[in-house]
Amino acid sequence: MEWLNIVLQGVLLGGLYALFAAGLSLIFGVMRLVNIAHGDLIVVFAYMAYFVMAALHIGPFTSLIVIVPAAAVIGYGLQRGLLNWTLGDELPPLLVTIGLSVIIQNLLLEAFTFDTRRLHAGDIEVMSVQPLPDLSLGVLPLIQFATAVVIIAGLQIFFYCSALGRAFRATSDDLVVAQLMGLETRHIFAMAMALSLAVVAIAGVFIAIRTDFNPFYGPQLLIFGFEAIIIGGLGSLWGTLAGGILLGVAQALGGQINVGWPFLAGHVVFLMVLIVRPQGLFPKVA
Amino acid sequence: MTLAFARQIDGSRRMALLEVDRLDAFYGDFQALFGVSLAVEEGQIVSVIGANGAGKSTLLQSIAGLIKSSARMIVFDGVPIGAMRPPPLVLRGIASIPEGRRLFSSLSVKENLQVGGQIGRRGPWTLESVFELFPRLRERRDQRSTSLSGGEQQMVAIGRALMTNPRLLLCDELSLGLAPIIVREIFALLPKIVALGVAVVIVEQDIVQALAASKQVYCLQEGRVTLSGSPAQLTREAVKAAYFGV
Repeated sequence: MEWLNIVLQGVLLGGLYALFAAGLSLIFGVMRLVNIAHGDLIVVFAYMAYFVMAALHIGPFTSLIVIVPAAAVIGYGLQRGLLNWTLGDELPPLLVTIGLSVIIQNLLLEAFTFDTRRLHAGDIEVMSVQPLPDLSLGVLPLIQFATAVVIIAGLQIFFYCSALGRAFRATSDDLVVAQLMGLETRHIFAMAMALSLAVVAIAGVFIAIRTDFNPFYGPQLLIFGFEAIIIGGLGSLWGTLAGGILLGVAQALGGQINVGWPFLAGHVVFLMVLIVRPQGLFPKVA
Repeated sequence: MTLAFARQIDGSRRMALLEVDRLDAFYGDFQALFGVSLAVEEGQIVSVIGANGAGKSTLLQSIAGLIKSSARMIVFDGVPIGAMRPPPLVLRGIASIPEGRRLFSSLSVKENLQVGGQIGRRGPWTLESVFELFPRLRERRDQRSTSLSGGEQQMVAIGRALMTNPRLLLCDELSLGLAPIIVREIFALLPKIVALGVAVVIVEQDIVQALAASKQVYCLQEGRVTLSGSPAQLTREAVKAAYFGV
């Protein structure tokens, strides 16, 4: 029962990783942009939530009402004002987002020092349910996991049932022809970034309730996101969820075997998937 | 004085829907077109023929906005468009059928057509009317576009362009990779499309089809117009000389 408990904790944590990864995967899918600053943006939204909560005297969940739209606006602006100008080749957007990552980390350090912070959600943090006598699941991780599943399902429906989702897929297939059909691809890219950062903002608030964060916490989150995508298979959102879960379980089991091993176990599983099945578990069928 | 302006003050002739006036086009430092002029009247089929590398596709890409030129070199419906990007041009009524069809591979047939309809220009072309023109596509509406035969894919490409409700349709190598019988079938549909108020520019290597379908033909060679006129008035020898430069 103890092991089942640990595996389930890992599954719930994996939902959160899938949420980081979904935003990253969306951007790569639509415009082949690898956003190295993705993790740092998660941290930025965590700080935003921290100060919005303090200013408005609200909890972290309520703060999402402010943070999510703000993240979408920032995403749209970032894409149109900066990232759209770098697209076309593989290297320039990579270099620019690396630069962005460094700038964000140092601005955060300058503004908020190296002190770790955490978002406090109140009593819900310690609440748990006991579906079986020996099995205890935290309410907060359950909410986070459910949110991740709902968001990933929502994205899936959005991609396949909305005009904008169709435009995302068309642009991803053939950028030039998308323009020849009248799609304003600069706007479509910016909408994709807005959506990505809206998802990332939710992930950022959730992770910041769960663990302490500081200005340099971003790159680690970026790696988790990447690993979830690669394990799951590029281009498949459900695969990304599966990848996130596998990563979460590996970390939980690793941590159980030795306190120092959770991240190591995650990376080892990631490397094993790369060796055995480099296309990922559920690659997109072209 | 530009050609377009000369015609405006002339008054005896209405201005053409599309006027290409001494167009120079470049790929980086390489000049692909040298002073190409061409006019397309409303509801007319015009074909551009020429050997590989003559500049036919460059001409279409310039009109569609994929290759920038100076604004006044291309005038559409009285508006200089040479410097515009493709999306605003589609909104003004210029649609493209790209060479090799280039359907959106992860989208179904219906979704490919819907992308064309997304800009929301009004006109006779809807999913329904495209399915009437190509009944076979209705049966295959939910299939992936990649699972279709070459001819069917070309129908989707045509339908997708029509869904933008264009006034001018640019067709790049419609016959490429298709069986002759399919090519005839597709060319036989052009009059129907024109009848609904669309002018068509065809770029073709299949000269026989191109000449038979069009009112006006331009022959390009090494980026220059070497011959133009009504197909009926041109002799085979003249076309051959203009095409091959012999």
